[in-house]
Amino acid sequence: METSDLVDQRARALSAPETLSEERIAYLESLVSQAKVAAAVFTQFNQEDVDRIVKAIVLAGLEQAQHLARLAVEETKLGVMEDKVIKNMVATEFAYDYVKDKRTVGIIREYPERNLVEVAEPIGVIFSVVPITNPTSTVLFKCIMAIKTRNAVIFGPHPKAWRCGFEAVKIMYEAAVKHGAPEGVFTCLESPTIPDNAYLMKHRDVSLIDATGGRGAVKAAYSSGKPALGVGPGNTPVYLEKTADLNASIVDILISKTFDNGTICASEQTLVIDDEIYDAALKKFSGLGAHVCNERETKLLERSVIDPQTGCMQPMAVGQKASDIASFIGLSVEPNTKLLVAPIQGVGREHPLSVEKLFPVLAVYRAKSAEEALKVCLDVNHAGGLGHTAVIFSRNDEIIRKFAEVINAGRIIVNSPGAIGALGAVYNDLVPTFSFGCGTGGGNSTTDNVNVYHYLNIKRVARRTQAHMWFRVPNQIYFNMNAVENLRQFPSQSTVIISTPLLEHMGHVDIVRRYISPQTHVHVLFIPDAEPEISVVLSGVEALNAYNADQIVALGGGSVIDAAKIMKLKYESPQADLEELAAPFLDLRKRVVQYPTGKNHGARLIAISTTSGTGSEVTPFAVLTDKKQGRKVTLADYSLNPDVAIVDPQFVMSMPKKLTADTGIDCLTHALEAGVSNYASPYTDSNAMQAIRLVFKYLPVAFEDPRNEEARTMMHNAACIAAMAFSNASVGVNHALAHAFGARFNLAHGRANALMLPHVIAYNAAVPAKFMPSPYQRGYLAHKKYATMADLLGLGGQTVEEKVKRLIAATEQLLDRLEIPRSIAELGISREEFERAVPELAKIAFDDPSWRSNPRMPLMSELEELLWKAYEGRGLAKPAGEARAQTT
Amino acid sequence: MAMINVWLNMEEKGIVHALREAAEKLAGAEDELIVDFAAVRRIDQNVLRAIEGLAGIADQKSLKVMLRGVNVDVYKVLKLVKLAPRFTFVNSDGDGRATNREGSHAESPTR
Repeated sequence: METSDLVDQRARALSAPETLSEERIAYLESLVSQAKVAAAVFTQFNQEDVDRIVKAIVLAGLEQAQHLARLAVEETKLGVMEDKVIKNMVATEFAYDYVKDKRTVGIIREYPERNLVEVAEPIGVIFSVVPITNPTSTVLFKCIMAIKTRNAVIFGPHPKAWRCGFEAVKIMYEAAVKHGAPEGVFTCLESPTIPDNAYLMKHRDVSLIDATGGRGAVKAAYSSGKPALGVGPGNTPVYLEKTADLNASIVDILISKTFDNGTICASEQTLVIDDEIYDAALKKFSGLGAHVCNERETKLLERSVIDPQTGCMQPMAVGQKASDIASFIGLSVEPNTKLLVAPIQGVGREHPLSVEKLFPVLAVYRAKSAEEALKVCLDVNHAGGLGHTAVIFSRNDEIIRKFAEVINAGRIIVNSPGAIGALGAVYNDLVPTFSFGCGTGGGNSTTDNVNVYHYLNIKRVARRTQAHMWFRVPNQIYFNMNAVENLRQFPSQSTVIISTPLLEHMGHVDIVRRYISPQTHVHVLFIPDAEPEISVVLSGVEALNAYNADQIVALGGGSVIDAAKIMKLKYESPQADLEELAAPFLDLRKRVVQYPTGKNHGARLIAISTTSGTGSEVTPFAVLTDKKQGRKVTLADYSLNPDVAIVDPQFVMSMPKKLTADTGIDCLTHALEAGVSNYASPYTDSNAMQAIRLVFKYLPVAFEDPRNEEARTMMHNAACIAAMAFSNASVGVNHALAHAFGARFNLAHGRANALMLPHVIAYNAAVPAKFMPSPYQRGYLAHKKYATMADLLGLGGQTVEEKVKRLIAATEQLLDRLEIPRSIAELGISREEFERAVPELAKIAFDDPSWRSNPRMPLMSELEELLWKAYEGRGLAKPAGEARAQTT
Repeated sequence: MAMINVWLNMEEKGIVHALREAAEKLAGAEDELIVDFAAVRRIDQNVLRAIEGLAGIADQKSLKVMLRGVNVDVYKVLKLVKLAPRFTFVNSDGDGRATNREGSHAESPTR
């Protein structure tokens, strides 16, 4: 909204400001000082105070709309008085209609479902640059915005429009103060100069610059180092598409392009018309009072209204009537000609009329196709109009969509006048404004129609949300002796049993086969009893496909059940990329890679565990070995959960003692870690606590008396129950360390866990060096939860500290009773070898996702320290016999 | 801690006059002045000018002025116009010790 000469003049002046006299500086300082005090006092006002003042100044502005319009035209010699009255009325009445019910003080918006509240904070002192083209309406509008948001404004009117601007400020100020606004809330530069602007833009007490002006003013604002709202020049392309309502479109264009003699920067600049309607469109222009130039006239116009040196519009034409421009350049037109329509052949410097023209001259271009039309509009858009405004007249939604996609404009006005359409609230539901944000294309920070919310700091009060949690386990769990009989109830045409040769040899496979319906085709797939390799999984999937399985029965330890889970995944969703599915994640619900939900065969997975430790029959985890790349791939997703779990102790009655001890301690570690996990919930706690109780009571019995059916049953249940806890609460740093050094020294997983266990309890029970962020927990609870576990076990102790010590001691006694080595050193690993391994082990453990739910965030040095404690073994609190767990 | 020798209660009505009086009293005072703002809900430019005048005299005489019971809205205004650092603020409840942290809140002083 700035004439080209002043754009350049301002740009030059602002880049090298002249020296201001002492008197002038004192004057500027007094304006800032008044505004600063007013802004401070204004912070005490409430919404009712503000709304009362807003209404009063709106009425004052409306009352003086004609007076101000007349002053503006007299002073600037630009535009049309009658149109400026409309502008002043829109700037007050329409602005009021938009802001009147908006909350701008205190809490302005609430989002109860998100526990979020937005609170308004005024900006303070705003320095507002006002353009020559809208010198009073812009002031009226900004005064309303400022009062509504409790800010003080210093207005910097255009040097050639300062008297009318000053008068507008005065009218609004007097009305505001009369109704209670702080003194000094609006001030206005008298006889403004460019150096005044430069001084104020850099003043430390000016909080925001709102520069409604040309590129120079906007650039100066953004270069000042202050936060700035800057808007700037446009070059509005208009596409008149062949499906448009021609009559209405031409009238709209005439309304817009002649409004205030074309001084609104959103007005139409180059009209691109489809070939099919081009002649008819020009004929309509002629019929409605426009003059369509011939080639000679267009050349004359180009030479006269566009500066050949700069390529910008000549100031003499800005805001003048079409007939006056024609007369001035010696063009013969009808006396009341509204608009000069000039056909052009392209866009760019060699086509001078393709630039912004803030006067009633409209360039027109004949396009042979929609494709060409869009390209020419894009050319216009990039010739000085980026981010500003574009207009399209069409009934073709596809064309409108494409136009909106390719043209970079903050406002894309459809089937209505560009200038008035962009102002908002008249022809559409855009927010009313007198400042058009032009986005990065125009060097601005926003594409919005600048309004009240741009005059506020919006503070967001974010209350803690109750994190959603979950408890997901298989639909059906059958347990206790002979639970395998429940297989009978599952109909199947084709069942594949996945197991190991050893379990076949032990007769377990036959037991399972016995309870599958006689009508079912049963196939047995034997796989090695080790963590499954990719090749094993893929051959298993081939078998499932070959047998067209509708039921998979996994009979075995964790490895067999894990293999079956992955086979089912690939069987149901062949496209599943195991590599991608193993991508790391922090929160299950926000993970990047989602598991496929395909059910190509709708097969049922029934897991029957033959060890009492991993609990794989109810967990959503599966570990895969990739021998080619020498690494393990851990998959985790609830879609991996078996559909049915059978926890039948008959399959564990013959477990060797060592395996009983190792898997039993694995189960205990699951429960202890889930119990203090940051993901723990009352649901997982109930499982974890019960599993701990069962392990302390029955594991020693199962170890010492392997044929004890009750002990075996309860330990089998405990493993499943602990697994339900850690499936939902996860594990912790114990597992991370055990994974690292168990793999390095080829140690059974349960045994590796056991070596860490007492040390990790002590570690988690101490005050963390670093707390672990968790939305699921309030405060640090690990020590208290260990104390609760000690209470559950009847270990005694008065204080939390005592109880934790007793839990550690009871754990150590349990390990002793299970004849588990109590130090890594006891395994025959030399100190030197261990010392060499520790740094790498700590790194591997730190990369392990297991500790992410640990209550205490482990530092690398702490992981090393824990490893050394496990190497050295004992040394923890070992109170006398009173700490013995009640195991009978 | 020196005794407070001038204690003034401000009422919202007539506060400017009262502050001017306070400034006069401060001119003849030897050590400290405490101005009670507990009844003041809101201040305007005139009050701010009077407060600034008070601060000027206190600065000249190197005397301490304590503002007591200033509500948070008024305190924010004083912060925004950068007057807060020139005063010591004390709460209106309790009889705790005052600290000399200028421009920030302290406990109530010993009277």
